[in-house]
Amino acid sequence: MKPELEKRIVRTPDGQEFEVDPLRDYYCEAAPTVMPAAYGKIVEDLFNWARSQSLWILGFGTGCGAIEMRPLMTPRFDAYRYGVQWRPTPRQANLFIISGYLSTKTLKRAIRSYEQMQNPKYVVGLGSCTINGGMYWDSYNTIKCLDQYLPVDLYITGCMPRPEALLQGFEDLKKLIRAGKCEGANKYSENFDWYKANQKQVIHDWDMPDYNW
Amino acid sequence: MRELYQRLQSLFVLGELTEQRANLFFITVEKDRLRPLITHLRDREGLRHLVLLTAVDWLEEGQFQLTYLLCDRLTRRDLGLRVMLDRANPVMESIHDLWPTAATYQRELREMFGIDFPGSPRLDEEFILEGWNTTPPYRRDFDTLEYARSQYAERAGRETRDPETHMRAQLYPESN
Repeated sequence: MKPELEKRIVRTPDGQEFEVDPLRDYYCEAAPTVMPAAYGKIVEDLFNWARSQSLWILGFGTGCGAIEMRPLMTPRFDAYRYGVQWRPTPRQANLFIISGYLSTKTLKRAIRSYEQMQNPKYVVGLGSCTINGGMYWDSYNTIKCLDQYLPVDLYITGCMPRPEALLQGFEDLKKLIRAGKCEGANKYSENFDWYKANQKQVIHDWDMPDYNW
Repeated sequence: MRELYQRLQSLFVLGELTEQRANLFFITVEKDRLRPLITHLRDREGLRHLVLLTAVDWLEEGQFQLTYLLCDRLTRRDLGLRVMLDRANPVMESIHDLWPTAATYQRELREMFGIDFPGSPRLDEEFILEGWNTTPPYRRDFDTLEYARSQYAERAGRETRDPETHMRAQLYPESN
């Protein structure tokens, strides 16, 4: 356990003392719950159409694929015309692109970031590393199969995929969202114990709460 | 480089010499004799830059080889010092007081090879790996492939068939 997660006594400038238990006070203890569709099909379809028009990506580059995302922000490829943009914090984003190989150390940060994102949220695996390990198939610290640890809605193949492939991937993701097939967050909640068991199997020093909401 | 070597030879006990290039020599030295030599090279001979400190695992000989590569920027020459350590008990004197950057190399070697440098700052903190609990990964007796297979889930590969037998079975099922 990290020192900042341990119980401690905090003294205020006024001289008061109170106990802080970070795991209880700073984090939500409850596991995520499944969020069923709230309205009928027609309204949900409208919502899904609206969701598909606003893909806000978390600016978190995990591997070499992060380099392929940079040209998309520039005038040459200009992903913004498709309603795609990058945001600096997980709270403002709804699409998490795992851009390339994911070492176990980065996986820990990726899980924390994913859990802090708000519903509805989508995960796209970019490049062959996220699909079957790619050239890191025999690495001692790189995961080989991303969907064991996070619910993946779409994979984009390539090593690395060109920006055009990414733009095509966004269009495919939009189709999936409009069809109501991007239920990754609900899948994560449903199989929460399975995902946590898989994550803890590769992350040996689990020094964070089980759910980082 | 030659006259440097001859000068050093009159002052220190040196081991084997390897002349890689006209401006790159390697000298093997005993473990306990490294420190006076490397201090002399830094302060008197102008080899002020520690380029790298790295290790090689000679599994068959039961030894680790440490390489201290020094550089003289003015005369453009490099000198590598090789130190052989016992693989069963790999302990080496720290040189972090001569070059502060050496502490970083020593942390890496400690984590990746399990070579100990007593007294080096932040040596026991995690450097790159987190929660590593088996053999240090750069040691050659660490089986990377086996570890990756046992640790990380794999996706089943594509099914492949021999084209000739497959097509024969498809087109002429009675011939089999």
